Amino acid sequence: MTGFYTLLYKELLRFWKVSFQTVLAPVITALLYLLIFSHVLAEHVQVYAGVSYTAFLVPGLVMMSMLQNAFANSSSSLIQSKITGNIIFVLLPPLSYLEFFAAYLLAAIARGIVVGLGVFLVTLAFTRVNIDHPLWLMLFAVLCSGILGALGVIAGIWAEKFDQLAAFQNFIIMPLTFLSGVFYSIHSLPSFWLAVSRFNPVFYMIDGFRYGFFSASDVAPGLSLLVVLACFVALSVFCLLLLQRGYKLRH
Amino acid sequence: MTPPAIRIHQLHKHFGALHALRGVDLTVQPGEFFALLGPNGAGKTTLISILAGLVRADSGTAEVMGHNVVDDYRKARQLLGVVPQELAYDPFFTVRESLRIQSGYFGLRHNDDWIDEIMTNLGLLDKADTNMRALSGGMKRRVLVAQALVHKPPVIILDEPTAGVDVELRQSLWHFVRQLNATGHTIILTTHYLEEAEALCNRVAMLKQGQVVALDNTASLLKNASELRLRIVISPDLLPAELLSRVIRHENNEYILGLKAPAEMENILASLRLAEIGIHEIALTQPDLEDVFVQIMGRT
Ligand SMILES: Nc1ncnc2c1ncn2[C@@H]1O[C@H](COP(=O)(O)OP(=O)(O)O)[C@@H](O)[C@H]1O
Ligand SMILES: [Mg+2]
Repeated sequence: MTGFYTLLYKELLRFWKVSFQTVLAPVITALLYLLIFSHVLAEHVQVYAGVSYTAFLVPGLVMMSMLQNAFANSSSSLIQSKITGNIIFVLLPPLSYLEFFAAYLLAAIARGIVVGLGVFLVTLAFTRVNIDHPLWLMLFAVLCSGILGALGVIAGIWAEKFDQLAAFQNFIIMPLTFLSGVFYSIHSLPSFWLAVSRFNPVFYMIDGFRYGFFSASDVAPGLSLLVVLACFVALSVFCLLLLQRGYKLRH
Repeated sequence: MTPPAIRIHQLHKHFGALHALRGVDLTVQPGEFFALLGPNGAGKTTLISILAGLVRADSGTAEVMGHNVVDDYRKARQLLGVVPQELAYDPFFTVRESLRIQSGYFGLRHNDDWIDEIMTNLGLLDKADTNMRALSGGMKRRVLVAQALVHKPPVIILDEPTAGVDVELRQSLWHFVRQLNATGHTIILTTHYLEEAEALCNRVAMLKQGQVVALDNTASLLKNASELRLRIVISPDLLPAELLSRVIRHENNEYILGLKAPAEMENILASLRLAEIGIHEIALTQPDLEDVFVQIMGRT
C-alpha cells in the first residue's frame, strides 16, 4: 500500500505546490461568474420559490468548478508526465493498475473538493445558502469529482499533445457543463433543448447537487444519483481496462 | 538453485512494419557484469523496456530472477532497477524529495540512510535540497541513476548512462557500479564507449537489427577475433594496390591493416619498400572490443 499512498501524496503535493493556479484562480473565476450573472439576471429570474437567483447560482458554480478542476488535475498531471517523460517513474515500480488509478482519482477528487469548498466559502460573502442535506452534498461532490477525475485519467492517457487535451476540454467538458443548467433551470428551455439536456450527465450532477441545498430540483434526486453512480462505475471500469491493457502507456 | 538474473526466450517485437526484436535469447547469471552492445536502432532499449514492463513483447518470455515480467510483474519490477536512456525528471521536486518518492513507490517508507549513501557515492549530497529544474544535465543523469537504486535492486540495467556525460561522472559512476557488482548486484549495461564495456564487463552480447549476433566472454571474444592490427602512417599517401584488401580503417595517411598472423608483416613491409613509400609510424596491436564490434557488425 505504501506505493499507492506515495503516488497519492505526490499527486496531492503536485497541485498543492502550485495552489495559486490550481485553487485560487478557479475560485476567482467562479466568483466572477457569480457577480456578473447575478448582477445581470437577479431581477429577471426566480427559479425556485424562496430562493434568490444568486443563491440558485451557487450550487451550479460550486459543482462546475469541482468538475473542471477534478478533470484538470488528473488529465494535466498525466499529459505533463508523458510529455516530459517522467511518467517512467511511476511505470517502473511495482504499482498495480488499480493503485495507479485510485491515486490519480483520489487526488482529482481532493482538488475538486478543495476548489468547490473554496468557491462555496467565497460566495457566502454575497448570499446565504441553506444546506438541507449535507451528507447528500458530500456524496455528490465525491462522485461527480470522481467522474471527471476518471475522465481526466482517460483523456490524459489518450492525449499525446496539450492541444488534444484542450480540444477534449473545449469540445466536450465545457459544452456539457454550460448546457447543464448551471445558470438556469432546464424547465426554462424550449422543449427541444429540454429533451437534449436530459441526455447530458452533467445536468444530473448539478441538479442532484442543487437538491442537497434547497430540497428542490428539476428531476427526482434519486434519478440523478442513479445516473451519477452509473457514470462513475462505467468510466472507472473503462479506465481500469485501459490501464490493465497498458493502452498508450505500455506499448 | 538461484534462477538466472535475466532470462529472455525467443522474444519478438514489432513496431508496425518494423521487426525490432527477432527472436532474442539471452541469459544473464546473478553477479555478472554484462554488456549489451549494438549500433543505434539495434533494439537494445526495446529489449530493456520489455524487461522493465514499459513495452510488451509480441511473443516470447522475459524473466527477472525467475519472475515473469508480465504475469508476475510486481516481483519482477521490485527486483529490477532501470536507468532509462532518456533524461527525465519531475520539476516539482528537489533531489531528496524525488528519491524519497521513488522509494515510496517501491514500498519503502524510511529509506533515508540508503538515499544518503547513494547521494554520497554519486556526488549529489550538496544538491540534495536543490530543485530538479535547477540541475545541470549531468546532475540530472546522476539523479536518474540514484532513482534506479533506491530499492537496492539485485538486478540493475543502465541504458547508456554515460552518453553525453563528463569524464568525472563517468569515473565516479563506474566506481560505484563496480562496488555494487562486487557486493552481488547483477549489472547490465549498454554503452557507446566500447572501451568501458571492455574494461568493466565479463560478458558481452552484440545485437544487430533485433538479433543477437555475438554472445561470449569478453576475453574469448577478443581472443577469437581473427586479426591482428597493424597501424601505419605513410607518405606519400599511396597504399600499394595489393594491400587495399587489408584496410580496416583509414584516415588521411594513417591506415589500420588486418593481419592473420604476425609473419604477414614481412609481406606488407616488402610491398611498401618496393613502392618506395616511407613509413613514419608503425605499431602492431591486439584487436580491442571496438575492432571486434566493427568486424561483427560489418558481416552481412
Ligand atoms: N515506440 C516505438 N515506436 C516505433 N518504433 C520504435 C519505438 N521504439 C523503438 N522503435 C524502433 O525500434 C528500433 C529499435 O530501437 P531501440 O530499441 O531504441 O534501439 P537501440 O536502443 O538499440 O538504439 C528502432 O528502429 C526504433 O526506431
Ligand atoms: Mg537505446
